[in-house]
Amino acid sequence: MAERFDIKRQVGFSTVAMICFFLLYLPIATLVVYAFNAGTSIAIWEGFSLRWFRQAWNNQQVIDASLRSLQIASAAAIIATILATMAAIATTRTARYRGLSLKYSFINLPLMIPEIVCAVALLILFSRIKIWTGYSGLGYLIIAHTAFCIPFAYLPIRARLESMDLALERAAADLYATPLQAFRRVSLPLLWPGIIAGLMLAFVISLDNVVITEFVKSGGQDTLPTYMLGQLRRVVTPEMNAISTVFLLLSLGIVTIFFFISRHKN
Amino acid sequence: MEHTRRAAEKAQRADIRTRWLLSAPALVVIALASVGPLLIVLVYSFLSPGPYGDVIWKPSLEGWFNVFFSRDIFDDTVSFADAHLSILWRSIKLAIGTTFLTFVFGFPTAYFIASRSPRSRAIWLFLITIPFWTNLLIRAFAIQEVIRNEGIINSLLMSAGLITQPIQMMFTDFAIMVGMTYVHLPLMVLPLYASMEKLDFRLVEAGYDLYATRLAVLRRIIIPQVRPGIIAGSILVFIPSLGSYVIPRVLGGGRNLMVGNLIELQFGQGRNWPLGAALSITLVFIVLVALAFYVRNVGKSGGSHG
Repeated sequence: MAERFDIKRQVGFSTVAMICFFLLYLPIATLVVYAFNAGTSIAIWEGFSLRWFRQAWNNQQVIDASLRSLQIASAAAIIATILATMAAIATTRTARYRGLSLKYSFINLPLMIPEIVCAVALLILFSRIKIWTGYSGLGYLIIAHTAFCIPFAYLPIRARLESMDLALERAAADLYATPLQAFRRVSLPLLWPGIIAGLMLAFVISLDNVVITEFVKSGGQDTLPTYMLGQLRRVVTPEMNAISTVFLLLSLGIVTIFFFISRHKN
Repeated sequence: MEHTRRAAEKAQRADIRTRWLLSAPALVVIALASVGPLLIVLVYSFLSPGPYGDVIWKPSLEGWFNVFFSRDIFDDTVSFADAHLSILWRSIKLAIGTTFLTFVFGFPTAYFIASRSPRSRAIWLFLITIPFWTNLLIRAFAIQEVIRNEGIINSLLMSAGLITQPIQMMFTDFAIMVGMTYVHLPLMVLPLYASMEKLDFRLVEAGYDLYATRLAVLRRIIIPQVRPGIIAGSILVFIPSLGSYVIPRVLGGGRNLMVGNLIELQFGQGRNWPLGAALSITLVFIVLVALAFYVRNVGKSGGSHG
């Protein structure tokens, strides 16, 4: 035996893995490449051009939908992160108390409910409330997004809290810090990476949502994903690719920062 | 002594109260905008449909009846609701098929990542999760560009002279399955990886010392050890696949529906909210069964995956 026997090797596994990675990125790469197509086709390459980016930029509907997406995602992510931080502090580093595991499951419940079911449920509820109150603003979308963002914000914050040393806060208390001071000066700075991670996850999750937004939105409240969903039924030009590419870069940027923050943590 | 104990108890009670107050806002928002509305759906499934959508507050089992049976409008004979049942069954089949495909691709991939050096593992994992964080619609659209009649696959095959007519892949069950596999692959790889990372390679080595073949080691040593990961991954893929709405809508076209689209149809053109509500509850029920299966098989042994 000339070759060293590698006990970890399984025949063909690396090949399948490589094919997997290739197939994962092939569609995305195609999409991005054709965003720069000079022609009107999303399949025939006719040279490099930025015309579709310009066109998307000049499309008022796209700009409105993008701004609305960012607005909803920021509001929902911030509210969800604040609520999730409070909930995480309330559910970690404690002796078991009655209702604790119930809280855990309840906070994670939005992850288990099929999205379409949640969407029609909110449609029923909100259409009633809209009639009663006459209010049909972005508030409905923000509260719906907040609800399904909470578990995503909660997970990294809770993970961070659980790895934190309780002794530091005890030390602060021994030095006559009030609970609030101890939290602000000791716990919060330590907790920041978890909070930022939670905030970014929640932001991306809200930004990407299609189904619940599609059902909850009132007329003229298209977000970028629901706008795209409407457009996909028509003849698609590379403008869609251009919009997708910008969107992709935004999500990618956030996730990359998230990756480095969580790596730094370890 | 008695005094200090009582003070400690009091402090503990105060602590628990503070904890409830702190978690209350999150619980209330979830109750209002996620879990609570489910109860409304449950109630609606037992009401009568209104003429223009919505419901009339008259109790009725018609919604549930329509999930499973259909009544002939001429002679009132009752038969199984083939249309609904077949879509439900198709959704289950597609979800199982997707789970299987993600496993076939995901298992070797997770193993590949787990057998890298600890430093490069993080990078490979990151590469697996990136597509997961990109918009679902963008990914569906990207898949569409690849498998369309004028897409890359057909153009390549035609320019190579292998086919003269494009192969119709869009708007088929195949397209839906490809799309769902593509979208849900990370949900299979991550829990599998979490199990494999803890894999005890001394056992693998012992197997080889006892003259086991690679296949025997895989079957008898590796797979039993990562079983919790396999079950967790399967459940994590099965549940969202079953409830898929965007993928069948974009890649399946109008004809190839799944239960998610059927539900939407009842709230839209179908104007039969009780039926839509009953179908929703059916979907939730299937998900609960899948989760119960997960808890029975993995939850008890203390596995914490996903």
